[in-house]
Amino acid sequence: MNRPMAAEPLLDVRDLSVEFDTRAGRLRAVDFVSWTLHRGRTLVILGESGSGKSVSTQAITGILDSPPGHVTGGQALFDGMDLLTLTERARRGVVGSRISLVFQDALSALNPVHTVGRQIAELYRVHRGTSRSDAMKRAAEMLDRVGIPGARGRVHDYPHQFSGGMRQRVMIAMALALGPEVLIADEPTTALDVTVQAQILELLAEIQADTDMGVVLITHDLAVAAEIADDLVVMYAGRVVESGATADVLGDPQHPYTQGLLQSVPSAERRGQDLPAIPGTPPDLMRLPSGCPFRPRCPHAHDRCVTERPALQPAPGELRFGACHLLDQPLSPEGAAR
Amino acid sequence: MLRFALRRLLIMIPIAVIVTFLVYAMVFALPGDPIRALSGQKPLAESVIAAKRAYYHLNDPLFVQYLHFMGNLLKGDLGQTFDGQDIGEQLALRWPVTLQLGLTALAIQLVLGLVSGVYAGWRRDGLVDRALLGATLGVLAVPGLVAMFFAQSFFAVELSWFPVSGATDGWPGSYLLPATVLGVLGFAGLARVTRTSIAEVASADFVRTARAKGLAPNRILWGHVLRNAMLPVITYIGLDLAGILGGAIITEGIYNLNGIGQFMFRSIAMKEGGVVVTLSTVLLLGYMLVNLVVDLLYGLLDPRVRHV
Repeated sequence: MNRPMAAEPLLDVRDLSVEFDTRAGRLRAVDFVSWTLHRGRTLVILGESGSGKSVSTQAITGILDSPPGHVTGGQALFDGMDLLTLTERARRGVVGSRISLVFQDALSALNPVHTVGRQIAELYRVHRGTSRSDAMKRAAEMLDRVGIPGARGRVHDYPHQFSGGMRQRVMIAMALALGPEVLIADEPTTALDVTVQAQILELLAEIQADTDMGVVLITHDLAVAAEIADDLVVMYAGRVVESGATADVLGDPQHPYTQGLLQSVPSAERRGQDLPAIPGTPPDLMRLPSGCPFRPRCPHAHDRCVTERPALQPAPGELRFGACHLLDQPLSPEGAAR
Repeated sequence: MLRFALRRLLIMIPIAVIVTFLVYAMVFALPGDPIRALSGQKPLAESVIAAKRAYYHLNDPLFVQYLHFMGNLLKGDLGQTFDGQDIGEQLALRWPVTLQLGLTALAIQLVLGLVSGVYAGWRRDGLVDRALLGATLGVLAVPGLVAMFFAQSFFAVELSWFPVSGATDGWPGSYLLPATVLGVLGFAGLARVTRTSIAEVASADFVRTARAKGLAPNRILWGHVLRNAMLPVITYIGLDLAGILGGAIITEGIYNLNGIGQFMFRSIAMKEGGVVVTLSTVLLLGYMLVNLVVDLLYGLLDPRVRHV
């Protein structure tokens, strides 16, 4: 792969594979996934449930439930280290301070029996050895920074005393506490209503503009992706099916799955018409179809898709990749026939 | 927190009244005339019976009798047994025996149950977890009485490690064997509840958050898992104290320890209604007190309970 962009990548994930032991046998949840995050940019991993988007970031940060999950291959390069081969102790020095995470449901992701102040202060205490009172003071500053009114008093409140949006702000304050270089947000707005969702995304964008950190945002919401992503990675059945700059991917999608996703977005022009949907359901990872996993749902599937799995390969445009045989024989109405 | 405690305390008052009244009414409803039973074969003179009945307020309606009883109880006068002993004095003599037995058993049960349960739950499916599962199954399968008699005949009679019966050696000598048997019998349930609770909390979302914060496993266990996992465990311990008290009655009989259990047992056999009511009431109040403590601990551990 040639990388014309001059800047050193901040976080470079290469050929990551993760497998799960289940009662029915082993399944591959993440299959040779690669993506690159740059300083100051937002990378969105887009995919439906079970596509492996959360598992891949959990594997990188070492918070995968293991067992049953195992990383079976790949690298995650960050500041000259491979996160996947670090000792647990060394990784604890990175995760939480230099790379931090925000989860979907802040109510269950925050400890119900500790005040939010204490949960934020814990980071300063553990990673920096700050004194108790200093750590609490900084926790209040963080709450203030993420826009929680009356932050100084609210550090002593418990998670259940906050509204959903404010709770997610608490999560973000906690993730930003130690000034991370990488922020991984796993569906941070899914549990919130649309207006609050917009506020949270705005907050993330503001903070990113201030700090130059790289953000990895996981979502299944195409609208969210379109709004904030600089770079887009589309995942399907544990694999990357398409990646590239957001404008390129959404403006000229190369993979039939991405095309299907874009067509199924409601729009004003198609008002009154039936909304096109991708037929079928995502595959069972235990029983993947032969060849291309998207084949049974693909309008362009042909013989080669049954026998040969398409590899991720360069697609037209800069730093663009796609995993589809159509990239070899450009898509035309005639060529699409089986 | 203070308001929470006060509210809990206020709720206890009507419950205490209802429960003591129910116990009193149940004993009242028992067949037989206690004064006639007292005299045995030889009938008492009518005048004596009348005097005794008046003295014990036996001619008054149930509710009035209950009020007399509660009034005296609140004044600290627990009344007398039919053969003229002061129940309060008897209790004062016997409480320490039951308390020493119960608390020693509780301590053994807590240490065994909590340590093994926490360890097994934190390392779920590990060696300790599997061993604990087998051990608790074994303990739960053994009937308490069998274990009591076996321990007495083997460790006390056969090996002479402990006194066979009686409390003459004082604490801990006389109490160690019965308390250990009680404690080990009770540990199985506690260990299982603890193990399950720890394992469940360990897979909670906020524990994943704690890992994402780069915290060491020990800090996650002590700082984040334990306090949340203790909620069901404390409820279980509160309920289980009743089991220990019930177990104490049987244990005191087998090991001939002269505690509340023995007193209760003898009073039921002698149809001493007044003593049974008094003892039940005291035990019930004690049990309610334990429940109050559990409620308060719950509020202390979980802010969500406090703020409801």
